[in-house]
Amino acid sequence: MLDVRKVREQFPILHQEVNGAPLVYLDNAATSQKPLQVTEALEDYYRRYNSNVHRGVHTLSNVATDAYEGARDKVQSFINAGKREEIVFTRGTTTAINTVAASFGRANVQEGDEIVLTPMEHHSNLIPWQQLAKATGAVLKYIPLQPDGTVSVESARSTISERTKIVTMVHVSNVFGTMNPVKEVAQIAHENGAVMVVDGAQSTPHKKVDVQDLNCDFFAFSAHKMCGPTGIGVLYGKKRLLEDMEPFEFGGEMIDEVGLYDATWKEVPYKFEGGTPIIAGAIGLNAAIDFLNEIGLDDIKTHEQQLAKYAMDELASYDDIEVYGPPADERAGIVTFNIHDVHPHDTATVLDTKGVAIRAGHHCARPLMNWLDVAATARASFYLYNTEEDVDAFVDALVTTKEYFGDVYAE
Amino acid sequence: MSMQNNLDALYRQVIMDHYKNPRNRGEIMNDALTINMNNPSCGDKIQLHMKVDNGVVSDAKFTGEGCSISLSSASMMTEAVRGKSVEEALELSGIFSDMVQGEDYDDEKYELGDIEALQGVTKFPARIKCATLAWKAMEKGLDPENVD
Ligand SMILES: Cc1ncc(COP(=O)(O)O)c(C=O)c1O
Repeated sequence: MLDVRKVREQFPILHQEVNGAPLVYLDNAATSQKPLQVTEALEDYYRRYNSNVHRGVHTLSNVATDAYEGARDKVQSFINAGKREEIVFTRGTTTAINTVAASFGRANVQEGDEIVLTPMEHHSNLIPWQQLAKATGAVLKYIPLQPDGTVSVESARSTISERTKIVTMVHVSNVFGTMNPVKEVAQIAHENGAVMVVDGAQSTPHKKVDVQDLNCDFFAFSAHKMCGPTGIGVLYGKKRLLEDMEPFEFGGEMIDEVGLYDATWKEVPYKFEGGTPIIAGAIGLNAAIDFLNEIGLDDIKTHEQQLAKYAMDELASYDDIEVYGPPADERAGIVTFNIHDVHPHDTATVLDTKGVAIRAGHHCARPLMNWLDVAATARASFYLYNTEEDVDAFVDALVTTKEYFGDVYAE
Repeated sequence: MSMQNNLDALYRQVIMDHYKNPRNRGEIMNDALTINMNNPSCGDKIQLHMKVDNGVVSDAKFTGEGCSISLSSASMMTEAVRGKSVEEALELSGIFSDMVQGEDYDDEKYELGDIEALQGVTKFPARIKCATLAWKAMEKGLDPENVD
């Protein structure tokens, strides 16, 4: 069992009032808060051993290099990658996916080939593939969603064909919190000679990920959604695939030999880390992984699911609140909803006046909003530091919102 | 001012009235100019339809989806610009922009009427974009490049 009280001590930001009410932060799917353990690690780096990595002979540079490379080892074990070279540091999920689309995609996808994905992708796992399809003449094929918003292995099977070169899917949906069957789909992809790319931005914060068990070929995630700093994320790729890929960015750090007219690249993963790397970010990510491991991802997942279930049970008692997506025991701590006749923007504004931070909009998933036939939704997302009292404050604020708009309409 | 007062100032009755009973909602048949304006961060989408004859906005209507602030603002804006010259409409837009950003604004040159109810957004910085969406569309549409 997770000791929320103790967890919350690590997050000074939560102990403040916003608009005269205690802050209830329920926008975790957008970005999580950072524990002291992470901010202190960042400060420690800048105060004690800030230095560029891989190039200095001096002591600080060695300390920084060890810390940076130590973070790579930490990430390797966090997602259970087979080899440390399979961990590439990127700016985040978006850059990781763009790297695969631009580098692997351009080299391996041709006119008439298929790229298979779902209508629930975040824009960052959609637009890079649209661009790849436009540039190569490949076709985008969508696995149709089930009526409850889940992805079935059967419909994946009937969408993927021998012409499919890339299959990609979000691991946990940032709108529904749905867990997609990526392992089963990866197998189907491989049977058809395609690679499997997984957008793990919403899964790594909340559950144990094992890329070897999933047997995906590429896996992308961002540190900032899992208690780490912004500006760093990870591209995992199977080593033999990464080795065959061209770098995505060119410059310092990633070269082996350079002449006036030509150059050669370092080994993986360094050929994908052009320029001064994201040193502080990697150190912060390392601290975030330690933090999550100490608490335990299984406990975190259980805690969030309990909160989501509690919230959904509460919301179920209001006829004029609609919750989207599958039932709570199948989802991560994400609850997407609308109050009838109240625009989610207006909902979020009223909640904010009560100190409750939620997200309103399309959640970077326009096609999924179209599938739901709504212009926008409100979303509350829970993390390890949220409490049942947070849910109560959230539900109270929703009731106030309903009453408030009920009154203004009636006037 | 308390947060509750701020909220009441944001959702003034006039605003909710324009939201629930929008004026000039719909399209304009035959050669009106149409401007699409999105607020990509939240998904609000407005299509503004205008007719300009001899330098005067003879008709303005809107379609689209959005929150109470963006739609009520669109409703008020279409009412306000009808019959105004292009120059006047653009000037009014500048005054509106000053008002919602909390700057000093000229409340005498034009009859602002309902529009002044939108002043409440100054306390909600995230909502200023909602209020200005339709006005931005109008400015774009009346840009000399688009009007012949
Ligand atoms: C499912 C999903 N994929 C991708 C992303 C993009 O992550 P980032 O903005 O950190 O690159 C996000 C976060 O917004 C997300 O929720």
